[in-house]
Amino acid sequence: MSRLAASFNQWRREGRKAMIPYLTGGDPDLETSYSLARACAGAGAEVLEIGIPFSDPTADGPVIQAAVKRALRAGATCRKVLQLVSRLRQETDVPVVLLVYFNTMVNYGEEEFLVSCRAAGVDGLVIPDLPLREAGPLLETGRRLGIDFIQMLAPTSPLSRIKEAAATASGFIYCVGHVGVTGARPAISAELPDFIARVRAETDIALAAGFGISSPEQAASIAPLVDGVIVGSAFISCLIEHMNRYGIGAAAPAAADFIRAYRSALGRFMLN
Amino acid sequence: MLQEEKVIINHHGPFFGPYGGRYVPEILLPALDELEQAYLAAKNDPDFIAEFRYYLTQYAGRPTPLYRADRLTQALGGPLIYLKREDLNHTGAHKINNTIGQILLAKRMGKTRVIAETGAGQHGVATATVCALFGMKCEIYMGEEDTRRQELNVFRMRLLGAKVHAVTTGTKTLSDAVSAAIRDWATNVRDTFYIIGSAVGPHPYPAMVKDFQSVIGRETREQILAQTGCLPDAVVACVGGGSNAIGIFSAFLDDPGVRLIGVEAAGLGLDTGQHAATLTLGKPGVLHGSKSYLLQDEDGQVLPVYSISAGLDYPGVGPEHSFLKDAGRAEYYPVTDQEALEAFSLLARTEGIIPALESSHAVAFAVKLAKESPGKLRQIVINISGRGDKDVHQVAEHLKEVEHEPAGR
Repeated sequence: MSRLAASFNQWRREGRKAMIPYLTGGDPDLETSYSLARACAGAGAEVLEIGIPFSDPTADGPVIQAAVKRALRAGATCRKVLQLVSRLRQETDVPVVLLVYFNTMVNYGEEEFLVSCRAAGVDGLVIPDLPLREAGPLLETGRRLGIDFIQMLAPTSPLSRIKEAAATASGFIYCVGHVGVTGARPAISAELPDFIARVRAETDIALAAGFGISSPEQAASIAPLVDGVIVGSAFISCLIEHMNRYGIGAAAPAAADFIRAYRSALGRFMLN
Repeated sequence: MLQEEKVIINHHGPFFGPYGGRYVPEILLPALDELEQAYLAAKNDPDFIAEFRYYLTQYAGRPTPLYRADRLTQALGGPLIYLKREDLNHTGAHKINNTIGQILLAKRMGKTRVIAETGAGQHGVATATVCALFGMKCEIYMGEEDTRRQELNVFRMRLLGAKVHAVTTGTKTLSDAVSAAIRDWATNVRDTFYIIGSAVGPHPYPAMVKDFQSVIGRETREQILAQTGCLPDAVVACVGGGSNAIGIFSAFLDDPGVRLIGVEAAGLGLDTGQHAATLTLGKPGVLHGSKSYLLQDEDGQVLPVYSISAGLDYPGVGPEHSFLKDAGRAEYYPVTDQEALEAFSLLARTEGIIPALESSHAVAFAVKLAKESPGKLRQIVINISGRGDKDVHQVAEHLKEVEHEPAGR
């Protein structure tokens, strides 16, 4: 069993819901990005999702597009983000999932990329533009190296696709809460509970909901349905606001406060 | 007509060798499956084929002529030059062949809203046109830079009732327009049909767009045989995403004696970094849903591209072209802005035909070919994929910039 899967099992036994912040690696620069990741882990984030910047992030909305642009302008590359994870690994055991667009892997060499991920201490990969049926033998290589391929399901996924994911998923399943791209939304999708229930009926694997979660209250309201929540655009917007107002040094404390606020909202379920 | 039953040709799988596929978010897969099913059913349905043929003939004005360009031939002093006049289609380019096919499919699938990306605006206009024709809601994504370069086409689209979104991300050109359209589709996938304008994108788009454009090749083959009794030595077409090229190549793939030549934009020159020569300088990668040659840096970031022609200004290329290049069945060469501009004027002055800047790249290469191999080639077909009215303003601006230099002609 992978470290991610084992961790989710443990948290489920404890009644703990995972808080999973998303950060674009190298945004606004590599050093700040490293301190943000550290701050998240220190403040109690259960898993970190870190994006490798790609010039054409078609699954992302405006906030993450802007983050990617900042990161690339500041010189972030795939190798530098892998180094960031290695560095993080020397300080913390927090599971790390990388979000990577498939072209980055093709350019790096697909197998070589997986080997580098393992060396850096990456636990799993979210590859938004690599559906299962195109993953082929990579899935097996990942399994051998202990890298989970985090599969994504959406409210539009038919039952056959849900069953396919249930049979092949590892780590956790990323449940896309909104039909669309990443980005904060004013309200949780009305179809989310029904969608999660359809997935839950097919599998016991951990489920994490993402896309559009933008307040601790929203996270808390989803928490009973899932094992974890992923917060990306709302988190980045908050950090940018703090940096604009108080300077770059304010980012890490703001990140820690943000995580604690969500942790505390999610924590109410710990005794259930 | 003998070819009646073959209006739409055979289906391909998701891959052309290692290229193609469906590299899209999971959220879009059901829509692609639905599209593929609908397309497979439609292409075998005589009613659909008859309807497609009806609009191509009665609305778009097909068949387009294959015209022997005698004055151009004389000027070059080599092989006979034939022009496939796709510029004479309704809306002024080959794009309408594909948008008619896809709108009929959208209607059949019960979709009510259509989106599209556009570079030069020709595909946007062709999409807005068929949306007006069938009463569909239409939204077009176009890079902000291109909305400036092709202001007239923006106005045409609005006149036709479409909403035009100027895309301000990235280099604000075609590639960013495609990304914006993909994001819209992911958000509105339930009621929206995405009419992709070139032989790019996830399966089944490259195969489907090729099928709809293959009418160019079928007509050309019949016409050249009827006029000369033999096949051409070379077929030359410009390649951005590559739909006019794959359309005309499709009828000659099994004729090894016919050289198939795709012409890419070398912009200001291959060594300047200001070009869009994907097949010449790119390497395999994944962008906008399929694996194909891609202009990218050593980290896998997609490179900004440049061409005087907004329709060739794309860092990727249709997956079948990547396959044909590797297989050695088609050849791809770059042509600079300057060479394209010279060809633009040459065709205007020798034949009274003002080609699109995109098509001017094909003319420019054919000129080189004719001059470089006198006696070796008997006849060449150039696909004039569109007319140059849309480019006249831009060319005038460009000539103003260089007017202090000797004109050369």
